[in-house]
Amino acid sequence: MERIPILRMGQFLIVSIQVDMHDRLALTLQSDLATRISETGARGVLLDISSLEIVDSFIGRMISNIAGTSRVLDAETVVVGIQPAVAITLVELGLSLPGVRTALNVEKGMAMLRHATGFDGHDAAPGSTPLSESSDDSAAV
Amino acid sequence: MADTSRAARSESGRIARVLEQDSANLLEAWIAAQSKVLSARGSISANELRSQSREFISLLQKAIASGASSVDGPDWDDVRGFLADLSKSRAIQGFSPRETAMFVFSLKEPLFERLGAAANPDADTRTTDVWNASLILDELGIYTTEVYQKSREQLISRQQQDLLELSTPVVKLWDGILALPMVGTLDSSRTQVAMESLLQRIVETGSDVAILDITGVPTVDTLTAQHLLKTVNAVHLMGAECIISGIRPQIAQTIVHLGVELGDVVTKASLADAFRLALSRTGRTVTRIDAHVNDRA
Amino acid sequence: MTVLRCEIVPVRSQQDVVAVRQSVRSLAVAQGLSLVDQTKVVTAASELARNTLDHGGGGTARLEAVIDNGRTGLRLTFEDRGPGIKDVDLALTDGFTTGNGLGLGLGGAKRLSNEFDLWSRAGEGTRVTITRWR
Repeated sequence: MERIPILRMGQFLIVSIQVDMHDRLALTLQSDLATRISETGARGVLLDISSLEIVDSFIGRMISNIAGTSRVLDAETVVVGIQPAVAITLVELGLSLPGVRTALNVEKGMAMLRHATGFDGHDAAPGSTPLSESSDDSAAV
Repeated sequence: MADTSRAARSESGRIARVLEQDSANLLEAWIAAQSKVLSARGSISANELRSQSREFISLLQKAIASGASSVDGPDWDDVRGFLADLSKSRAIQGFSPRETAMFVFSLKEPLFERLGAAANPDADTRTTDVWNASLILDELGIYTTEVYQKSREQLISRQQQDLLELSTPVVKLWDGILALPMVGTLDSSRTQVAMESLLQRIVETGSDVAILDITGVPTVDTLTAQHLLKTVNAVHLMGAECIISGIRPQIAQTIVHLGVELGDVVTKASLADAFRLALSRTGRTVTRIDAHVNDRA
Repeated sequence: MTVLRCEIVPVRSQQDVVAVRQSVRSLAVAQGLSLVDQTKVVTAASELARNTLDHGGGGTARLEAVIDNGRTGLRLTFEDRGPGIKDVDLALTDGFTTGNGLGLGLGGAKRLSNEFDLWSRAGEGTRVTITRWR
């Protein structure tokens, strides 16, 4: 089954959507991420959508759901790389993605995650629970 | 049929002959007539006018001598091309439509005088010649005006485009801080262009803060306020912060009166205040050098 | 209004919705729409194609390149023979949803278009036509 890869980098999970997703693929990503967050105890999720040419209300809902689910699982979500044309269209559509943090690019997004979680990404902060030994294989769920 | 065409050819031949043989005198009389119309401006030199006039007489002579009756035909290509160039350049130089059309029409009087005075005797022939010459010059005059009109329209639409782009300059105030000073009335298309160029620059420069300065905006209505809000929202979505500055007291009252919900949009009275905030948001402060020394002491 | 090009594509699966988006995109590029306008019309098409699939049980999308008085544009028609919409005004209200979206589909598509036309009759089906000018 087709899947969007989820990469792990220290305390953070990184997802870069590079394909024009159909709805089921988006739903799969949503549940995959929830599973991975709880498996790895990740503290942050970076969602790169710079390659997305459009974000419609369904993808918008997926993004809000990912952010909401992550928060419940004690992880911060930052969405990075929303293109100008996509941002204008989202506003016109009436979607403002409330409660979702955004950053211009991956670098700024990572900095935002580190700041928000108090982790620097690579090394576990003192006193944090050790990460479970799950593999980095992106397709593993 | 052959007779009429031969007759037409001999008639046009007479006009062509006058244009050819009496061209020097005709040119002087025509230039004198044109100078009367153009005297107010002087944006064209006497030499230029003379060379334009001489060229036109010569082209007109050739075209008429060809015997072609319709000025739309290929024999008239050179004449029309010449008039189109003249008309375009006059439109750009700011000549009035009257001044441009008079280039052709002012040739009537001196030409008709010479057609009347020409060797050919009887009144009927003279009337025919004047009538034919008049038809040709009227057609050419109208053609000149049409080209003039089109050139003006092109000029105006190009200026509108330029104005639209000029009116939305995105400037970099500091590393990571952009400003968009808006001047004049904000309509949908202007705000759209402004929003697009601002967002594009944010991506290109990786800026964290964008300041939308509306000091130069005279009034704000509901639609404008909504456009501004959309811009702020789009900037937020991309992950940067947007500050609106330069909201004048009347505009502030209007916004409240209209019931526009600005939500959590950050507003500052002046561009300077907004810039100070932007600096602090990006982890910087501005201090006077002596004060700085004192602070550190 | 003159139709320059017309393409009818099926909307029967989620993959078809993706295909509609891609066809609309290339048509918008060919018609010379700006990037922002391309994005708006593709997004609107995505919303409407999803409605056709999810609420209408599938149907067709007619994608047309049109010209009117020198203006070029895109006209998209989504048609299904599904249950139809009982209350059209309500369906256009933001936040109203019968499916699993945000309820911005129809209203959003309307806001992203220059012209919007909705025909629906209970039990017969739904037809939505949008036009986006260059």
